[in-house]
Amino acid sequence: MNSFTYTRADAVDTAVRETAADHAAKFIAGGTNILDLMKENVERPDHLVDITRLPLRQIETLPDGGLRLGALMTNANTAYHPEVAQRYPLLSKTILAGATAQLRNMATDAGNLLQRTRCYYFYDTATPCNKREPGSGCSAVGGYNRIHAILGASENCIATHPSDMAVALAALEAVVNVTGPDGERRIKLEDFHRLPGDEPQYDTTLRTGELITSIDLPAQGFAEHYTYLKLRDRASYAFALVSVAVGLELDGDTIRQARIALGGVAHKPWRKPEAEVLLAGQPATKENFQKVAEALVQGAKGYSSNTFKIELAKRAVVRALQMAVDKQHPSYPL
Amino acid sequence: MSITVTTAPVRDTAVALPPQYPITLTINGVEKHLEVAPWTSILDLLREYLDLTGTKKGCDHGQCGTCTILLNGTRINSCLTLAVMQDGSEITTIEGLAQGDELHPLQAAFIEHDAFQCGYCTPGQLCSAVGLIKEGKAKTADDIRELMSGNICRCGAYIGIVAAVEEVMHQQQVQAPTYAI
Repeated sequence: MNSFTYTRADAVDTAVRETAADHAAKFIAGGTNILDLMKENVERPDHLVDITRLPLRQIETLPDGGLRLGALMTNANTAYHPEVAQRYPLLSKTILAGATAQLRNMATDAGNLLQRTRCYYFYDTATPCNKREPGSGCSAVGGYNRIHAILGASENCIATHPSDMAVALAALEAVVNVTGPDGERRIKLEDFHRLPGDEPQYDTTLRTGELITSIDLPAQGFAEHYTYLKLRDRASYAFALVSVAVGLELDGDTIRQARIALGGVAHKPWRKPEAEVLLAGQPATKENFQKVAEALVQGAKGYSSNTFKIELAKRAVVRALQMAVDKQHPSYPL
Repeated sequence: MSITVTTAPVRDTAVALPPQYPITLTINGVEKHLEVAPWTSILDLLREYLDLTGTKKGCDHGQCGTCTILLNGTRINSCLTLAVMQDGSEITTIEGLAQGDELHPLQAAFIEHDAFQCGYCTPGQLCSAVGLIKEGKAKTADDIRELMSGNICRCGAYIGIVAAVEEVMHQQQVQAPTYAI
């Protein structure tokens, strides 16, 4: 880890000013990802602004019936919060599908969205990586890429976003509230993370100095018919090879509305509203699920070690949709 | 014959001494006033500066759980937590679990159930189990397995660990703490 200085912010605007003025400065809250990366010399901030004392831990009901999660709420406190567990069980169960109890006790909701890819080559400073060092090349494209992207990737980067929580937030159509040097703005979750293109060094659309202050959940929580199906190399504490977050609104056997987001397959949670509408007004049958699965992964490309994910993703979508219809939810204790 | 010697570039400025930050921590009930460099993790502080070597360093990246401690009553990985950020906090380590010569019920149960072999992961397993019971979410052995997945045991003593935690969990019948952020 390189040497750095430290300050503790006591107000959002001073934290933003301090970080905007120094391009090598970073915010730190839970620290579970940034400290890991600093120990690997992947992140090398010269200054850390500790934001943990900012008043961003509250949870509040919004006038439209939605829920606002303070940016510094821990993943554990969010998952176990009675209102989240009751109204947004998809989010609770998805959070509990990720990391460990110890990490969820420290990691914050905003930090979860900002965690970096677990691409082996991004972490290994001895190898080229366009995300870590733009222009150096992508070691994963011709290398070992079992955990890598099959959708929306570019020749410059085939990394995936590792968050589970972000996948549920994508299905729920959450909104991220940020404050920056130019004031406040709201970013839809689907616009928050980006595809790599020729600038894979940028994971998100956040601008320099911008700080996440809260995450808004819309009123519709899909609390009855939902599931989070996470497929991985071991049953607990592993990143998703493929995951599927589903929220359904049913009228008898007919689907009124479907939300489907995939994790582990792209540089961002993968949603395709034009595929979801194929289910609107349709009976909840395996045939219809298969059509949507095909549409969701249309254009998928494998890079050898990860080619299995294309078929895996399709089957996972079909299975997750059936689980949501049958109210088969993940069994993590709440 | 000539020899060319290449020297490393000389830095313009000397490397600055690390800045020190004053903090107060209450560790196993004892208040400590400390000065720490900003990059000092709680784990390194405990082991290298306070002679509390019961907390172990395994991976130093939050993957193995052997550095688990209780921070303000909550289990966390001490390797991924900067001491300077925890000014004013209360920390309980493995050294703080027993009451004098009387073992914590989990420590006694670990012995009873043969829940370790080499013992390196045990301090982390114990602190993690204390946190798990306090959280009050686990009801079954499966829940324990899921919620203890952040603690790796290379000897594979998991059967004994789950049995010990399950026994104490049911003995204590601890009511789930009321929700507080």
